Amino acid sequence: MSQNNSLGYVLRFQGILWLSVIILMVVFVLSLVVGQYRVPLEETFRIMFSKIFTINRTWDNIQQAVIMDLRLPRTVAAVIIGAALSLSGATYQSIFKNPMVSPDLLGVSSGACVGAASAILLNGSSILIQISAFAGGLIAVAITLMIPRLIRNESTTVLVLSGIVISSLMSSIMSIIKFVADTDTQLAEITYWMMGSFAMTTFESMLPVLPTILIPMAVILMMRYRLNVLSLGDNEAKSLGINLRTTRGMFILCSTLITASSVCLSGTIGWVGLVIPHTARMVIGSDNKRMLPIAMIFGGVFMLFIDILCRTITAAELRLGILTGVIGAPFFIFILFKQRRQVQ
Amino acid sequence: MILEVNNLSFHYHNGPMIFSNVNFNVDNGEVLSILGTNGAGKSTLLNCIANLYKPMSGKILLNGKPMSRMSLRGVARIVGYVPQIHTPAYAYSVREFTVMGRTPYIGAFKTPSTEDYRIADEALERMGIIYLRDKSYTEISGGERQQAMIARVIAQQPQLILLDEPTAHLDYGNQYRVVQMIRQLASEGYALIMTTHNPEHAIILNGKVAILNRRGVLGIGQTAETLSAETLSNLYGLSIKTVYDHDAKRNVCVVC
Repeated sequence: MSQNNSLGYVLRFQGILWLSVIILMVVFVLSLVVGQYRVPLEETFRIMFSKIFTINRTWDNIQQAVIMDLRLPRTVAAVIIGAALSLSGATYQSIFKNPMVSPDLLGVSSGACVGAASAILLNGSSILIQISAFAGGLIAVAITLMIPRLIRNESTTVLVLSGIVISSLMSSIMSIIKFVADTDTQLAEITYWMMGSFAMTTFESMLPVLPTILIPMAVILMMRYRLNVLSLGDNEAKSLGINLRTTRGMFILCSTLITASSVCLSGTIGWVGLVIPHTARMVIGSDNKRMLPIAMIFGGVFMLFIDILCRTITAAELRLGILTGVIGAPFFIFILFKQRRQVQ
Repeated sequence: MILEVNNLSFHYHNGPMIFSNVNFNVDNGEVLSILGTNGAGKSTLLNCIANLYKPMSGKILLNGKPMSRMSLRGVARIVGYVPQIHTPAYAYSVREFTVMGRTPYIGAFKTPSTEDYRIADEALERMGIIYLRDKSYTEISGGERQQAMIARVIAQQPQLILLDEPTAHLDYGNQYRVVQMIRQLASEGYALIMTTHNPEHAIILNGKVAILNRRGVLGIGQTAETLSAETLSNLYGLSIKTVYDHDAKRNVCVVC
């Protein structure tokens, strides 16, 4: 009987995994086809496969450009960023033992915003904005991590408090930057940047950040069982033989790299890192061994879905941050409603 | 000797001395109950032995080896720690929770193997709660949670089990059951140390008892000789007498 039970568990996981992979593939194709410029489904596939196989050219240059230079990069980026933010959100939620935590808890997003806004203020190029955002995120988290050491209390609570302090400090600096920015050009650019978008994403802009997203993701996935143990609390994790400082430090480093890279590729995108891990936990349970892969796929689907909506519901393209909030918040309430028995 | 504690002392950063010059040892099949008033430092002492706090001076030897020179993992394979009952942030199933006891044997880049799950199931079976296996740890009762916690420490396969107030937050019946469980574990050869606020638990266990007083001095001895009416009265600032009960075949404490 006990064998059957665990078999049912495994089958359920496999079923949900493959079903969500299929949904991801469907949304992926949809994302390539949907848009103001019509490219038939068959042509879309022909254009993509022509990069690998030799296929007789039956399409024009505009169709080629729409698929290869516009839709494919943003589609790939949406999947990666959705998965990345969900993974780093779930990681933070485990190490801080709090399901309400989002990946920018330690100030990475607000730091990245200051970095990007400073670069915009100096009329920097888009590459400079990217680098500056990435550096800003890392510096903010580094300061956050330094505070507990300075006051010689390395408990999780102090770390979280430091994160709150640094985030709000960064927000204040952000206000100063906005205040001095040129209202016609720079302020608008800063505001748009902060709302997040894949509209400008190209393979060239993606390439430099891919290693700092994919490698930390792989590390977190490999070490994911440790997240279960960390989520029990500092003392229990330590008594089970975990070196708290190095293990937690490794997870924070990886999550920070992921979030900072995401922000510098597509701006700040809220809600994904919070809502998606919750959804995955509701569907498959809390065990990070199964939950993380599911959360990543869900995150990819959600982000793609949001991006498709962004470019279809209005003539001018909407920003991601708007829709993740508008859809994410009510969805989150729905999840809380479903879980109301467990939430204490 | 599984555990030898020599000359141990501890104080928090810039704080007063919690305890000093603490000496005792615990061997296979022995139970040590630590009694003391609120804030006397029972849990602090337990946390030092659990390798969670670094003592200011003194030595802790595990099987003759100094703990300070062992890896965290190495210690976790010998010492199991049962914290006070609490609700974790996530609704792990009882099985997922129990298998975490295997952590000291699982590499950083690995997940629990079939063998680890088998050992966890075995521990659940031994605690008689295999039927709770797929239930969420957050939804079971306090007594069941304490059983799951002990199942997890059994899955950890330690030689020494430390329990921090294992009877706190439990009803009268469950308190007694947990104490019986501890006795059972001792008879199977585990060495156990627990902190408690109830001297009768120490009497039922009938092993060693250690009393940590407010001055940070630890007195230790066999329960029968050490837990006198006078000692208990002094410790708790009450007038306590111990009465032999012929049905229970042991002393019971009565506050007069």
